[in-house]
Amino acid sequence: MKKFLIHMLTLRWLSGRHIVIGIPYGWLLLVFLVPFLIVFRISVADVQSAADPFGSLLSYVDGVATLKIKLANYLFIAQDSLYALTYLSSLKYAVVTTLLCLLIGYPFAYFMARARPTIRTTLLMLVMLPFWTSFLLRIYAWKGILASNGLLNNLLLWLGVIETPLALLHTPFSLVIGMVYAYLPFMILPLYANLVKMDVRFLEAAADLGSTPWKTFWLVTVPLSKSGIIAGSMLVLIPCVGEFVIPELLGGPETLMIGRVLWDEFFSNNDWPMASAVTVIMILLILLPMAIFNKYQNKQQGGGA
Amino acid sequence: MMIEATTKPAAAPAADGQPFLLIQDLVKEFDGARAVDSVSVTINKGEIFALLGSSGCGKSTLLRMLGGFEIPTSGKIVLGGVDLASVPPYQRPINMMFQSYALFPHLSVWDNVAFGLRRDSMPKDQIAERVEKMLNLVQLKNYARRKPHQLSGGQQQRVALARSLAKRPQLLLLDEPLGALDKKLREQTQLELVNIIEQVGVTCVMVTHDQEEAMTMASRIAVMSEGKILQIGKPGDIYETPNCRFVADFIGSVNLFNGKVTVDEPDHVVITSPECRHYVGHGISGTIGMAISVGIRPEKIAISPVAPPGDPATQVNCVYGELVDWAYLGSTTVYHLKLASGALVKAAVPNRQRHAQYQPQFKDIVYASWSQDDIIVLPF
Repeated sequence: MKKFLIHMLTLRWLSGRHIVIGIPYGWLLLVFLVPFLIVFRISVADVQSAADPFGSLLSYVDGVATLKIKLANYLFIAQDSLYALTYLSSLKYAVVTTLLCLLIGYPFAYFMARARPTIRTTLLMLVMLPFWTSFLLRIYAWKGILASNGLLNNLLLWLGVIETPLALLHTPFSLVIGMVYAYLPFMILPLYANLVKMDVRFLEAAADLGSTPWKTFWLVTVPLSKSGIIAGSMLVLIPCVGEFVIPELLGGPETLMIGRVLWDEFFSNNDWPMASAVTVIMILLILLPMAIFNKYQNKQQGGGA
Repeated sequence: MMIEATTKPAAAPAADGQPFLLIQDLVKEFDGARAVDSVSVTINKGEIFALLGSSGCGKSTLLRMLGGFEIPTSGKIVLGGVDLASVPPYQRPINMMFQSYALFPHLSVWDNVAFGLRRDSMPKDQIAERVEKMLNLVQLKNYARRKPHQLSGGQQQRVALARSLAKRPQLLLLDEPLGALDKKLREQTQLELVNIIEQVGVTCVMVTHDQEEAMTMASRIAVMSEGKILQIGKPGDIYETPNCRFVADFIGSVNLFNGKVTVDEPDHVVITSPECRHYVGHGISGTIGMAISVGIRPEKIAISPVAPPGDPATQVNCVYGELVDWAYLGSTTVYHLKLASGALVKAAVPNRQRHAQYQPQFKDIVYASWSQDDIIVLPF
C-alpha cells in the first residue's frame, strides 16, 4: 500500500505542483462552470409543471432519441424590449456606481497610501469596519436615513434648508447612494494595494523634470495605478450589474434592474427556463468586460516579458 | 597648527570670484539628528564634483537638498546668483539622475527622454530634434520605442542620463550613477559618462560611496562623514595629503603609527612611535612631546629580506616583522607583517616581473622601509 502511494506521488500528474494548481481549477470547475452549465441546460428546457419546473432535454420514444433545445426564451428576450431596457438600466446604474466609487475611492486610497505607516493600519481598519455589520442591516440603515421622516430630511428641515420633506427613498438617487456605499471598499482596497507599492522616486523624477504636482498625478500616478483602477472597477461593476438586494430595498419603480426581473421570473412566474435564460445573458454581459480586462492584462504582461 | 603646510585650502576659488554653486552653512535635521551639519562648499562651472562617503554620511541628503526634495533646516544654496531656498524642484534648473534611475515604466525610452521637454511646452518638432540628439549622444537611437524594462542595466543608465540632460540643466545631479551596474561594466561606463558630461559641458555634482568611481570621474572630491565635509580636494591631493586620520583611512588603505615628536630641528622632525622612528624632512614644525600620527600608504613601502645598511639604533623609517599573511592580487601582492609590538603593517608590492626573485615566505622576517617624502603627518 505504502509502495503504491509513493509510486502515485512520483507520477507526474500527482506532483505537488499539479495538486497546487489543480485545487483552484477544481474549485472553479465545481462551483462556477458546473452550476453555469446546469443553468444553461435549464434555460433551453420546456416548462413542465410547478412540481417539475423544467423538463428533460433528451427523450427516447419508439427507438428514436430526440434532443430538444428550446430557444424560445432567448428569442423572447431578444424581441421584448423590456429585457433589453432592463439590461441597459442595470448596466447604467452599475457604471454610474463604479464611476462614483472611483471618484470617491481614488483620493481616499491615495491619501491612505501616502499617510504615515502608523496611521495606515488604522485607516485600513476603518475602510473594512462596515464589513463587521451585516450587509442587510447597513442597507436598512440607509432606509432610515433617507425616508421622508428619516434622519436626513429631519436634519434639513431643522436647519431650514427645506420646508417639506424630500422624496429621497425609492429613487435612482437612493439606489446609487446605497450601491456606492456598499461597494466603495471593493474599489478602495485594490487601489490602495496598488498605490502603496508605488515608488515615490517616480514622483520625484517627474518633479525634477519640471512637472507640477497636479501634472505628475495625471501623467505618472494615474497611469501607474491603471491595474488597480481596472481591478477595483471590475470588483464594483460586475456584482452591481446583478445586484438585487439594494434595488429591492432602496430602489423604486423607476430603477428597474435585471436582478428584479430574474426574481420575478423565478418566484412570481415560476418560469425556471426563462429565468435561466435571463441569467445566462446577464453572465455573458458581465463576462465580456472581464474578457477585455484579461486581454488587457495579458497584453501588459506580454509586453513585460 | 603644525600640519597646515601639508594640506590644501578647502576649496579652489572660482575663476571670476563669483562661485557658480554656493552652498553655505547648510544644515538638515531629521527629528533632531543632524544628517547634514553646516556644510559649506563652492562649486565651479563645468566641474564634476563628487560627494564621497559611506552610507549614512549625509551625502545623499545634501544632494536631495540641491534637487529640492528635502528642505534645508538652515543655510543657503545659491546657483548662478539665484537663491534656491523657495524654488520647488519642478522649477529648478537642475536635473537629477536618480539612484537605480526611476525611469517611468509606463513610458517608452523616447517618451521618458521627452517627458521634461514636454513640461516646458516646447514645440513638437524641437522636442523630437532634442530627443533624437540625446539618444544619439547615449547611443540608444535604435531603442527609442522600447520600454525601460526591456533594456539592460547599462542601457537604462544611459536612458536616465539622456533624460536628465535633455532639458540642458545648469546643474546635473548624479545619485550613485553606476551603483546598479556590475563591476566590469561600471569601470567602462565611468569614463564614458565623464566624456558625455564634458561634451555637454554641464556642471555636475555626484554622490558615491565608491572611492574609485569618485577618483575616476570627479575633478574634485569632498569626503563626508557624519554630516560634515572633512576634506575637499583633487583626487590626488586627497589621496596623497589627507588632512585627518579618517580621510587617510577611508581613501585607500594606510598604515598608521601613533607617536610623539622627539626631535624638532629647523630642517626636520623626528616622530617616535613604539614601532619606529619617523624622520620627516618636509615643511612641518612642532613642539617636543606633541602627540601625532604618521601614515604610510602600503604601495610606498619597499620590502627586503635584510636590514637596510647602518646602525640599527639610529635607523629611521624602517620596521621589521614576521610575514603572517599575503594576498596575490595580480598587479600587486599585499604582504601583512606582524611587528614585535603586535601592530600589523601592510605593504603592497607591484608585480613588475612575472617571476620575482625575492618572494618572502610565511613566517619569514621581512624588513619594510619607506622614503621620508612618503610619510603623511596627521593630527592625532
